[in-house]
Amino acid sequence: MHYGIIKRGAEADVFLISWYKKMAISKLRNPKKYRNITLDNLIRRRRTIHEANMLHDVKKIGIKTPFLYFVDPKRAEIIMEYIDGENVKDILSKEIAFKIGKYVSTLHNKNIIHGDLTTSNFIKRKEDLYLIDFGLSFYSERIEDMATDIRIIKEILSSAHIHIFEETYESFLEGYALVTNKNFNRILKVVKDIEARGRYARVV
Amino acid sequence: MKNNIKEDNIFCLGIESTAHTFGCSVIQFDLFKKKGKIISESRTVYKPPDGAGIHPREASRHHLDKSPNILREVLIQANLKPKEIDLISYSAGPGLGPCLRVGAVIARALSSFYNIPLIPVNHALGHIELGMMLTECRDPLVLLVSGGHTMVLAFSNKKWRVFGETQDITIGQLLDQFGRFLGFASPCGNKIEKYASQSSKKYYHLPYIVKGNDVSFSGILTAAKKLIENKYDKFDICFSLQETAFAMLTEVVERALAFTEKKEVLIVGGVSANNRLSTMLKIASKRQKATLYTCPLHFSGDNGAQIAWTAICEKVASGRAVKVQNALINQSWRLDKVEVNWR
Repeated sequence: MHYGIIKRGAEADVFLISWYKKMAISKLRNPKKYRNITLDNLIRRRRTIHEANMLHDVKKIGIKTPFLYFVDPKRAEIIMEYIDGENVKDILSKEIAFKIGKYVSTLHNKNIIHGDLTTSNFIKRKEDLYLIDFGLSFYSERIEDMATDIRIIKEILSSAHIHIFEETYESFLEGYALVTNKNFNRILKVVKDIEARGRYARVV
Repeated sequence: MKNNIKEDNIFCLGIESTAHTFGCSVIQFDLFKKKGKIISESRTVYKPPDGAGIHPREASRHHLDKSPNILREVLIQANLKPKEIDLISYSAGPGLGPCLRVGAVIARALSSFYNIPLIPVNHALGHIELGMMLTECRDPLVLLVSGGHTMVLAFSNKKWRVFGETQDITIGQLLDQFGRFLGFASPCGNKIEKYASQSSKKYYHLPYIVKGNDVSFSGILTAAKKLIENKYDKFDICFSLQETAFAMLTEVVERALAFTEKKEVLIVGGVSANNRLSTMLKIASKRQKATLYTCPLHFSGDNGAQIAWTAICEKVASGRAVKVQNALINQSWRLDKVEVNWR
């Protein structure tokens, strides 16, 4: 049974449903009308499978994610636990940024790249922080990919959260450094390299 | 009669010479109605030989050569003498050094000879400001797509903030470099669009790289060139290239739209002339309940009006002008470094 749409995301529509008498989320990657159908089918299928795998895998390293109930790659649908909390995009603080840093570092230690680290992909329920949306995530040992993750969150902090950018980014890095990551300094260096790749970022 | 017009209006001359285009324009700004009107505009585009890109020196020579005529033309069209201009502006970057210098030299000469205030303008900001003026949108999410830029931007706290951008080449470079590989004359966007529409619509897989809100196009370029070398159908490859690259752009726009919850999308820059891209963006915007605004075709490419209009905004908001000796150029003047005083 459907209770209605919660979020019309860029990638998927998120519905609140009843799943065996339990409140649950149905994340449905509907076909994108603007995208070529061959390409669209590939992307939706691939991302659904990735996401389902990752939601499950990262639980083993202590990252809180919604419980997975059901996956349908063909329809590109995932049914999972409903997290009734606040979106971090609306309540970001230094403390939460610190926690995000710890989460990301934990993922990277296990060579997991999230691929879409924006504040709207974190939900806070009571004291717990949940990470959602693993559609763009993948396994990689490359420093470059880890640095890309950090750059993505830096980009969103410096655009959507510009009024608290400096304190939250600093606190994110503190959290990141806390979980011992042997590559921390190298990763930060590559973040700079990637930024310098931005158009006109370097003085000629 | 003329005196009255002079008192209530500012006439601003804009000079654009960032890359392949040399353009001038005069905008009349009504101080009471707070409305601008493009009263004259003219431009000339440097055309490199087929299959070759812009040679900065050759482009700058072209600009230098054509500038007197273009300048004369816009003044005659506007029915103004040089000394009747109230404000002179030029594109100060980002762009090709030799080309930028041509515009800056002309602007400085006019400014010091006739003693007219001078304002340097960021070229990318010009695209956005003129796009907003012409489409009358208020608070859009902007997709800036051209040979020099591929950025998704939203305004907040005095600056245009970058929500996503390309990590390597721009969409314009992808189209041009691939087009040149096929021996087309640059800019190649138009011809690639034509080829794509004439194709059998068979899709070849090309690298679809979206990292958060960022995109990367260099992989598509390499893969598409390889397909050509292996003698696959040119038309279908043009089709696949457009489908892949534009879907990536549309996806990041939709992501930024879902995140920012903006109700307007504005597409500006040379590549906004592409119909396939605007069709895709229209679908995505509609889904997010936002309205898509496209910069009118004639002003989507580089032009003097974008410079003149931005200078007027700056002048009205802050009165800030520069001395001739400080009127420099900056090849790498990033848009998110520009402070905007009028929003």
